[in-house]
Amino acid sequence: MKYETVIGLETHAQLLTASKMFCSCSTKFGNRPNTNICPICTGQPGVLPVVNKKAIELAIKTALVLNCQIAPQSIFARKNYFYPDLPKNYQVSQYELPLAINGYLEIVVNGERRKIGITRVHLEEDAGKLVHKGAARIMGSSESLVDYNRTGTPLMEIVTEPDIRSPLEAKVFMETLQHLLQFIQVCDAKMEEGSLRCDGNISIRPLGATKLGTKTEVKNMNTFRGIQKALEAEEVRHREVIAAGEKIMQETRYFDEITETTKAMRSKEEAHDYRYFPEPDLVPLEPEADWVESIKLNIGELPEQKKSRYIAALGLSAEDAEVLLATPALAKYFEACLELKAPAKAAANWLIGDITAYLNEHEKTITEINFLPAQLAEMLEMIENGAISGKIAKIVLTEALAIGKEIKEIVKEKGLTQVSDEGELVKIIKEVIANNPGPVTQYRQGKTGIIGFLVGQVMKATQGRANPRLVNQLLGKELSKN
Amino acid sequence: MHKKTAHELNKLLAKKESSSQELTTAVFAHLEKVEPKIQAFVTVTKEEALKQAKAADERLKNNDNVTPLTGIPIAIKDNMCTKGILTTCSSKILSNYKPPYDATVVEKLKAAGAVVVGKTNLDEFAMGSSTENSGLHKTYNPWDLNCVPGGSSGGSAAAVAANEAVMATGSDTGGSIRQPAAFCGVVGLKPTYGLVSRYGLVAFASSLDQIGPLTKDVTDTAIMLNVLAGHDKKDSTSVDRPVPDYQKSLVNDIKNLRIGIIKELLGEGIEPKVKESIQQTMKKFEELGAKIMEVSLPTFAYAVATYYLIAPAEASSNLGRYDGVKYGQRSPNSPDLLTMYNNTRAEGFGPEVKRRILIGTYALSAGYYDAFYLKALKVRTVIKNDFERAFQNCDLLLSPTTTSAAFKVGEKSNDPLAMYLSDIATIPVNLAGLPAISLPCGFIDNLPIGLQLIGKAFAEETLLRAAFTYEQNTDWHKRKPSII
Ligand SMILES: [Zn+2]
Repeated sequence: MKYETVIGLETHAQLLTASKMFCSCSTKFGNRPNTNICPICTGQPGVLPVVNKKAIELAIKTALVLNCQIAPQSIFARKNYFYPDLPKNYQVSQYELPLAINGYLEIVVNGERRKIGITRVHLEEDAGKLVHKGAARIMGSSESLVDYNRTGTPLMEIVTEPDIRSPLEAKVFMETLQHLLQFIQVCDAKMEEGSLRCDGNISIRPLGATKLGTKTEVKNMNTFRGIQKALEAEEVRHREVIAAGEKIMQETRYFDEITETTKAMRSKEEAHDYRYFPEPDLVPLEPEADWVESIKLNIGELPEQKKSRYIAALGLSAEDAEVLLATPALAKYFEACLELKAPAKAAANWLIGDITAYLNEHEKTITEINFLPAQLAEMLEMIENGAISGKIAKIVLTEALAIGKEIKEIVKEKGLTQVSDEGELVKIIKEVIANNPGPVTQYRQGKTGIIGFLVGQVMKATQGRANPRLVNQLLGKELSKN
Repeated sequence: MHKKTAHELNKLLAKKESSSQELTTAVFAHLEKVEPKIQAFVTVTKEEALKQAKAADERLKNNDNVTPLTGIPIAIKDNMCTKGILTTCSSKILSNYKPPYDATVVEKLKAAGAVVVGKTNLDEFAMGSSTENSGLHKTYNPWDLNCVPGGSSGGSAAAVAANEAVMATGSDTGGSIRQPAAFCGVVGLKPTYGLVSRYGLVAFASSLDQIGPLTKDVTDTAIMLNVLAGHDKKDSTSVDRPVPDYQKSLVNDIKNLRIGIIKELLGEGIEPKVKESIQQTMKKFEELGAKIMEVSLPTFAYAVATYYLIAPAEASSNLGRYDGVKYGQRSPNSPDLLTMYNNTRAEGFGPEVKRRILIGTYALSAGYYDAFYLKALKVRTVIKNDFERAFQNCDLLLSPTTTSAAFKVGEKSNDPLAMYLSDIATIPVNLAGLPAISLPCGFIDNLPIGLQLIGKAFAEETLLRAAFTYEQNTDWHKRKPSII
């Protein structure tokens, strides 16, 4: 019998808000432990939560981009469980009536377009961080300390329908989602830093069956590769269990990155009963239609729309457009250059070519260098108006990237300005003509193509600084004299 | 001087016939005399109070932002956070807890210039009707030291009745202001849910809890409510609407006010002498020009059961944070986390709190949620609708506050169900989120009994006007326990 794999993902994205979900503490990462805290996020007796409107805005923005319906009324709920990183021993989340439902995200896998349904998008608060001494977990450690800086950071949960059909699709889904979240600036979506996380539900069923097979939940998938490997391992395990005539047990499994296998964590019977109930300290969330509309209007162009525009209006190749859009910061840089009236194609070429090469070599991102869009635009302008040649520009750019100096300054310092002084050029041209009687004769006999060689000689004599257009023009004039 | 009401003391302070320091000193002198018998307080803050009194005198002297509460000694129920001052909720688990912040109501009272004499005893986490469930000590009724003061705001009600404070704050989840007010012969108001900020009130049942005043008369209730009421950005459930001057509603006139007598609260389970008093009260209101009619609220029969699902369910979650990790008591020498949690909570919580956590956890559990918690929410809506229907024909509802006068210490402490059922008159009001006031309306064998008036949502003004008119035309509030 042929089987098909069915996968659904539950993803968590940390929202890029300045303050926490229910208090005004900073969400800044990397501060000294327990400095971004207050009575509210440490769960002191008597405190009450107040919803961060920015978090709602970012979640609505995401939900709209994921083609979801925004619920006219959604409610917060308490998820009750005891753990020292959760000061109230309940997490404020959403359960019944989430913020948004019924959306989809299109992904492209092996050239094929696939529409993955989004069941829901909801908001919740993050837990704190535990540090253990003497063991990796709280069990067995001699001491455990807790840092509440992260406690209460806004998290957005995005749950997919069981529409994913392979571990590869799951990986592509996460990559596409990451790109989108970064693009609309709701989350920095770094899997390795945990600002984007995901768990997977996987099952298999006979091809053509409509009923879902028994699923297992896979946790600890911390990289894109990990997602694919974990689900592949679990897919194989399911097939083997069923092939052996046994049954899959509904359980939660943990992915071991080293052995690339999954291990049972807890069975369905051991699953927590979270005793969800509506959070009585918060009122229902009823986003006004006008507000949702204004969020929608401010989303701006999405990657797909940008790509079409780059190709149709700016004349970029599809490949170049994709490369630029693959890194949201690069696309942003590119558009900043356009705003400074830089020629689109040239800007794209330099960005994808020399600048990206430099970034790769130095393991930097476009936001980490001192070479700003204004400088690239200036360089392109100097090329256009003949102040420097493309060749010189390459030299100047290398210098500018390395030390972050102004282009004009480097050009001036190094004496790299193009020679556009006619008198000076004519003098050189005359020398070239005198030194190359052969080619000159050939030219005069009608073999005009040879002029390229003569231009090259002029360029050589000026160390490439001569304005090529002017050289061409003056050389023709001199050659026609006798 | 300690026997006077806030509005009487105001005049003395304004005319500079006395000072807040004199007054505060007098209150402490009296407090120190009667407190060993009453035991209304968990913490007495004499030093801070005298400092506050001095500051209040400065304000009075310079006529600087003087309010009707400036220089008035008050008590705070010990489930409202006071920055740097023990806030125990009368629980062993919080017996060492000093909050890093002031509750909004405490902030407001301090800003008004009130002098805080101390924190009053309560049933642990406000769970109870006699203050016998305090994890620290019992409090005794000033009218009869063999009787309970009621609860859970028993400490506050007893302190006001015994003149240990001029007024006090209470919190009311199922009657915790009104029932002790009735038992101690003082005035207690539970405002409409959302009128007073809950920020800093240690939560028992968030959707039912509301802070209100316990005072010697209705005028003082209006004075304190003026300070407590109002929207608070820190409490999402507090309602953003203009707050009237409640003192202006103190008009001695209830002509043509339509008052509905709740039939279900004059039947079985109510002591005959309580019934008699309420009938007299009805006559009095009629004499004063009110139109009396009988109304039936049949859903009251389900109120106690509904309450004992919703309140414990919320409590089971609200009390999760007392785990020994961050603050409060931690059981020492536990070998692992789970044992630490178990021991801390086993040692820290009293039996009534444990009982309610268990009921609540059960009601929210998978497989039981729909049958218990969800069903209770639905019944709550039905009870709300029942009130709405009743209010179509009348402006206020009237009932006894309690089924009897104060009972003896120990009389019901082994019968939680009897204790639960005695709150039948007050519980439905919390479920519907309505305002209600209890004021003295008679005595049984020298023990006061209370009359409850229930208003429409945010109709505190009507409530106060009716209560004031009744008070002006009766003498019950003038009778005082002999201990003072
Ligand atoms: Zn905070």
